Amino acid sequence: MATTTGSTSANPKVNYKYRRNKARQEMRAHVTSFAMMIFLTLIAFIMVMSGFDKYYVFPVLLLLAGIQVVLQLYYFMHMSHKGHGAVALFLYSGALVALIVIITFMTIVWW
Amino acid sequence: MSTVVQKKGFFPVLWDYLTTVDHKKIAILYLISGGFFFLVGGLEAMVIRIQLAVPDSNFVSAGLYNEILTMHGTTMIFLAAMPLLFAFMNAVVPLQIGARDVAFPFLNSLGFWLFFFGGIFLNLSWFLGGAPDAGWTSYASLSLASEGHGIDFYVLGLQISGAGTLIAGINFLVTIINMRAPGMTYMRMPLFTWSTFVASALILFAFPPLTVGLFLMLFDRMFGANFFDHTMGGNTIIWEHLFWIFGHPEVYILILPAFGIFSEIFATFSRKRLFGYSAMVFATVLIGFLGFMVWVHHMFTVGLGPTANAIFAVATMAIAVPTGVKIFNWMLTMWGGSIKFTTPMLYAVAFIPSFVAGGVTGVMLAVAAADYQYHDTYFVVAHFHYVIIGGVVLGLLAGTHFYWPKMFGTMLNETLGKVTFWLFLIGFHLTFFIQHFLGLMGMPRRIWKYLPNQGLEVGNAISTVGAFFMAAGVLVLIYNIIITQVRNERVGNDPWGDGRTLEWAIASPPPFYNFKQLPLVRGLDPYWIEKMEGNDRMTPAEPIGDIHMPNNSFIPFVMSLGLFIAAFGAMYQVDWRASDGAEYGWAIPVLVIGMLITIGSMAVRSLKDDHGYHVHKEDLEKDDEEGGRL
Amino acid sequence: MDMEQKFTSKTWPESPEKTTLEGKNKFLGFWLFLGGETVLFASLFATYLALKDRVPDNSHALAQDMFELPLVFIMTMLLLTSSLTSVYAMYHMKNYNFKKMQTWLLITVGLGLAFLGFEIYEFNHYVHAFDHTFTSSAFGSGFYTLVGFHGAHVVIGLGWFILLLIRNSRRGLNLYNAPKFFVASLYWHFIDVVWVFIFTVVYLMGMVG
Repeated sequence: MATTTGSTSANPKVNYKYRRNKARQEMRAHVTSFAMMIFLTLIAFIMVMSGFDKYYVFPVLLLLAGIQVVLQLYYFMHMSHKGHGAVALFLYSGALVALIVIITFMTIVWW
Repeated sequence: MSTVVQKKGFFPVLWDYLTTVDHKKIAILYLISGGFFFLVGGLEAMVIRIQLAVPDSNFVSAGLYNEILTMHGTTMIFLAAMPLLFAFMNAVVPLQIGARDVAFPFLNSLGFWLFFFGGIFLNLSWFLGGAPDAGWTSYASLSLASEGHGIDFYVLGLQISGAGTLIAGINFLVTIINMRAPGMTYMRMPLFTWSTFVASALILFAFPPLTVGLFLMLFDRMFGANFFDHTMGGNTIIWEHLFWIFGHPEVYILILPAFGIFSEIFATFSRKRLFGYSAMVFATVLIGFLGFMVWVHHMFTVGLGPTANAIFAVATMAIAVPTGVKIFNWMLTMWGGSIKFTTPMLYAVAFIPSFVAGGVTGVMLAVAAADYQYHDTYFVVAHFHYVIIGGVVLGLLAGTHFYWPKMFGTMLNETLGKVTFWLFLIGFHLTFFIQHFLGLMGMPRRIWKYLPNQGLEVGNAISTVGAFFMAAGVLVLIYNIIITQVRNERVGNDPWGDGRTLEWAIASPPPFYNFKQLPLVRGLDPYWIEKMEGNDRMTPAEPIGDIHMPNNSFIPFVMSLGLFIAAFGAMYQVDWRASDGAEYGWAIPVLVIGMLITIGSMAVRSLKDDHGYHVHKEDLEKDDEEGGRL
Repeated sequence: MDMEQKFTSKTWPESPEKTTLEGKNKFLGFWLFLGGETVLFASLFATYLALKDRVPDNSHALAQDMFELPLVFIMTMLLLTSSLTSVYAMYHMKNYNFKKMQTWLLITVGLGLAFLGFEIYEFNHYVHAFDHTFTSSAFGSGFYTLVGFHGAHVVIGLGWFILLLIRNSRRGLNLYNAPKFFVASLYWHFIDVVWVFIFTVVYLMGMVG
């Protein structure tokens, strides 16, 4: 069983203040990334509604989705924190398999 | 200390096993049920060989033959080979990395019971209107046309046991990442642990496509969906892709742990460090990675076009490279070693040429143009039996002899072990070597009977004789197991005398908490290092302290039972709807009751806290004085 | 160590979800599960893409005929916002503020329920206005399976949050339930990740053609 100590610093009060501050800053980053997600979503919808050509729209839509997912993973799901090495390895491996599956089904299902 | 009192009598022991979360007992459960399904699949194989022994035979009818060959493949892959590998993974991996238990003891038990009930469900099809009959691959255009409930049993049974496999895979991954003893770095992990790690990663990514494929099949057959029905816009190739995106990594899920077992055996009985350890690790990871890039080689003749075929042909051939690295490393491990030919070592040595033969035909099949000739002939049957039996089954038999003392505290008889080995090895080559030529002569795969005077008689007769040799070998093994357990001669911690890894440093079988004090690992083959320095035990990495243990639980059994019950409801609601509600009125209620049992037990699990219990320091110390009976 | 140990906001560890070994295992195991879920949804997306607009005859409605972007936009906003509210909940969990965590999780559940309501309305609309059902065509099967699997995840996520809230309503935070809350919120974010691809690939790209 792992042992637990409430704080890691010799002076819990300083540590506490520092932590609260850091958490607050991080929360601000979360709100920023949320605003960005809303913004990206708006662009995506507007692009489709204004009827651009699909060869232009598709790559942009996928790029916007990709950025949103990165924001979601790295900020909301805290993958930017330390100790996510194994997590990243397995998530990217999964994403690679996912990509192969989707490419297959878009190319060699109908012949 | 009521929790650690020895259980006596049949029912207390039964209850103990039904509720256990101890990885060593779950290993035994996997071994027994995997062994049982191995015998069932073996009997089915014998029926196949008897039917084909002579031309124009009528030993079984065509329909029954289709059911038997389907169930032989499905049973052997999903219900025999994988669970038997899980048995050794459970028994050995936590010990090899110096852990007290797996990361999720409760889920470990759940994984087993899901597999068990899925397997039982699948096999109940024999008694409830007929088994699945569309081959283990169950291609959609064939299986959608299959009448009765056979395919439904296949879909639901595999769905349940597949969930169990996924859980087991995640459990091993987290165990290996998080629970290693102090000093056990990744590059000091024994090869069996490494191959378990990679195989578990493959399970994690390969089983979801199977889950989806089975869902689509389930929706098509039972709920009127149109995924595979081309008249409604569907596409039967989707099933083939999903099945093989799962199916090819599955082959590596089976073979990699077998490679791991052999790596341990080669090093142990050559009494030499494994040659090229880091190359072995790298090759294992590379095989796992490439395993995902080659599934289309099962579909060369579908007509996906020359580009797709070329890409996947090259990727397939590439796998021969890391596999070759492994073969040479095993041979160089033996080179200059002081070899002991024990039973496990005999299997290991025989494995090399057998598996290489299967690998070579694999590269032949990878040549897409040539595959048009080999496809769906006995050449393919010979090929995959050479890799599966020559690799996986030999590995399982070797592992059974090698790890038996660690799991049960008794030693299987060596003489009988060698008898099993020779009978099985001769029988195996007799059965399958000739099938290469039968295939080249044009005998199609999955054929029910063949006519006389086509040159197929002699080959098939030889093949059937070989099958009887294999069966005899298995019978000798069963006899060996029975007499060993009846004699019950206990052995010490390192019965082979040459153990290198941590599992041989503790008692056989180990106490339920495994390590009284977590060991300090000082390098690759930690127990060997200590022995070479004259120590008789591992240096502890911690003082004796309380040990936290998980509580036993009956919930995994109930949870799996609920799905088992619900599966019957899901299946017979088809008849209920077909009869406009006139018959099978119980189907929907049974579906609901089953799901309620499962969801209810999940709720109980999350609402009721389970903090486990502690084995106290004083009891551990007292136990030391009494000679370790705890 | 006592799992029920009481903390103050000052003694509460910095990463309560990973302080115990159980928490660490749960955290990693769940992330691995999400890796598997990625492949699961990829298979569903792939199947949908292969079967998109594949119908038996031209009397059937296609993607462009049916989808309504304003509805999808509202659903997207609901789910995105619920992602932010669950981040707020975890922020308060790390600050050992149980009351605020409860409040934000309840808001998350509310948003999730609203999303679900719109989804049910949407499905119902397709069935009645376009005869686009699960069994009417391969396109229908693919569409309802992909979006329905996501919807089922939403239902499970909501059930999970509700169960956790009920179970722990009176006892506050400790090192036993902190990882549970954290993992449930990870699941909720993952649901949002999948939705980002659904609204992009199914609806937006479906509307373009």
